[in-house]
Amino acid sequence: MLKIWSMKQQQQAASAASGKKKVTAAQLRVQKDLGELSLPPTMKTHFPDPDDILNFTLTIEPDEGMYKGGSFNFDFTINQNFPHDPPKVLCKQKIYHPNIDLEGKVCLNILREDWKPVLNLNAVIVGLQYLFLEPNASDPLNKEAAEDLKNNRETFKRNVRTSMAGGYVKTTSYDRVMK
Amino acid sequence: MATATVLGAESPDRWRYLNNILNRKGPYTDEAFTPGDEPKAFLADAKILVIGAGGLGCEILKNLALSGFKDIHVIDMDTIDISNLNRQFLFREADVGKSKAEVAAAFVMKRVRGVTITPFNCAIQDKDDEYYKQFKIVVCGLDSVEARRWMNATLINLVDDETLIPLIDGGTEGFKGQARVILPTISSCYECSLDMHTPRAAVPLCTLASIPRQPAHCIEWASVIQWPKEKGDLKLDTDDPEHITWLFTKALERAKEFNIPGVTYSMTQGVVKNIIPAIASTNAIVAASCCNEALKIATTAAPYLDNYMMYTGNESIYTYTFTHEKKENCPVCGNLPQNLEVNPEWTLEGLMERLQERPETTLRKPSLRTSSKSLYLQAPKQLEEQTRPNLEKKLKELMETGDELSISDPGMPFNLRFIITMSE
Ligand SMILES: [Zn+2]
Repeated sequence: MLKIWSMKQQQQAASAASGKKKVTAAQLRVQKDLGELSLPPTMKTHFPDPDDILNFTLTIEPDEGMYKGGSFNFDFTINQNFPHDPPKVLCKQKIYHPNIDLEGKVCLNILREDWKPVLNLNAVIVGLQYLFLEPNASDPLNKEAAEDLKNNRETFKRNVRTSMAGGYVKTTSYDRVMK
Repeated sequence: MATATVLGAESPDRWRYLNNILNRKGPYTDEAFTPGDEPKAFLADAKILVIGAGGLGCEILKNLALSGFKDIHVIDMDTIDISNLNRQFLFREADVGKSKAEVAAAFVMKRVRGVTITPFNCAIQDKDDEYYKQFKIVVCGLDSVEARRWMNATLINLVDDETLIPLIDGGTEGFKGQARVILPTISSCYECSLDMHTPRAAVPLCTLASIPRQPAHCIEWASVIQWPKEKGDLKLDTDDPEHITWLFTKALERAKEFNIPGVTYSMTQGVVKNIIPAIASTNAIVAASCCNEALKIATTAAPYLDNYMMYTGNESIYTYTFTHEKKENCPVCGNLPQNLEVNPEWTLEGLMERLQERPETTLRKPSLRTSSKSLYLQAPKQLEEQTRPNLEKKLKELMETGDELSISDPGMPFNLRFIITMSE
């Protein structure tokens, strides 16, 4: 033990203070990530409780692509293991999208298999935005939508418009998401 | 010296081999090492804390007691399960359902004369700084990332002129494991190396949804996709046999559909609880390494691990020791919380102006939070609007003495942290 104490004296560490109510490592990181968030005009956040930064909603309103004119809400739930664990992201509306299933689960690689602690909230948000610009038929969560996209892009486009207006595609009814 | 005689009290020969190491200098002992009573007394008097009384914890408690530590505390909130018995050798069938910490402590005390082990059947978060301050060394044998991060941050925040508590952390995963020595603020900490840990290999959601290839894919499909679909808001309880049975049935149907053999009830349990196979001997190797480091640090009888030992037993066998570098912008050890005296009558805006005047801070657009309150966040825009009214408020309405204040700023690699003291 002696050696460590002598090392300690060499190091002129300013003495730290300790408090009763500590900020957790996850909170520290989310606070930093939020400060670095650069949201384009097509996106906005909503914090139901501004004191709880681990739970919020992100709204994406694409201004180009097939989903233009829609307003899509995603729930972000961040746990105390962040950034070891990725944030949980769920689409709150029932939408017609090859990479989002009817319960709102999102197939985005960095939300699951490719998540790394060096990634931040901005990376996730950019990834979500990209899903609306380039829906991807090869990673299907909504198989029907993926098949439509693969087989006939024009039909798919029409289905997107119908679904966004709150209509039926085949036998499934979708939520109206026009802003 | 009274404490030194304790070692020899029971039988003169009992600690002979340990005393051989402590009674004379060796080629690698530190210059500061004084053989004889000094290291023996330290070993007898030093309080050492063991976190976890599971697979690693049982080994660690046994090893520390047999290495000459006399005053050991152990914290574990778990109770003994029948499946623990194959490797957690301090437990018997009759102990199932009892506290791991209590049973382990009683067993080792009975077996090793002269050692006192104080068990706590609680969460590490239930103990405060004053409690942790009494220890010379903490040895962690945990399987949870969250608990490790908490312990790491707690010991780092305790660093001051009198306190520096080395954290020895062991971990295993099947045939692989690691032991490391963390000297708070001096060497790299658990948080510094968080990027190194690859979170468990996850399968893409779309694979689960469309083309499962393995039995585990069918089980994950049942828990990740089917459960929320059919059960709605009902939370999956992985300890509830009915829930596991439901998942097992669904996974089995899916496996039949895709012609995948091998889905079983116990596999279902393993996948959804994310149980990493624990192997008794890997635990023994890693725990032994951790305890030797504790002995060396406590006595300076030999150089200690600097600072990370990887044990890879799954591809033949390979061990590698290296110095994991401290991360300069580590949010936990990169900068420590400092005391900050504030006047309760100041407004939040007034506090921000005063902080910006401090020469050591280069704040441009600071965002401020305590553990429970968003004081003022500059981004995103909606949060800025929601927190702006706080700028006019007096500090006494927003915080109290003992609160930790965390300040982030785009111009800084990490958050500044202060502990608030209110004074007129
Ligand atoms: Zn660190």
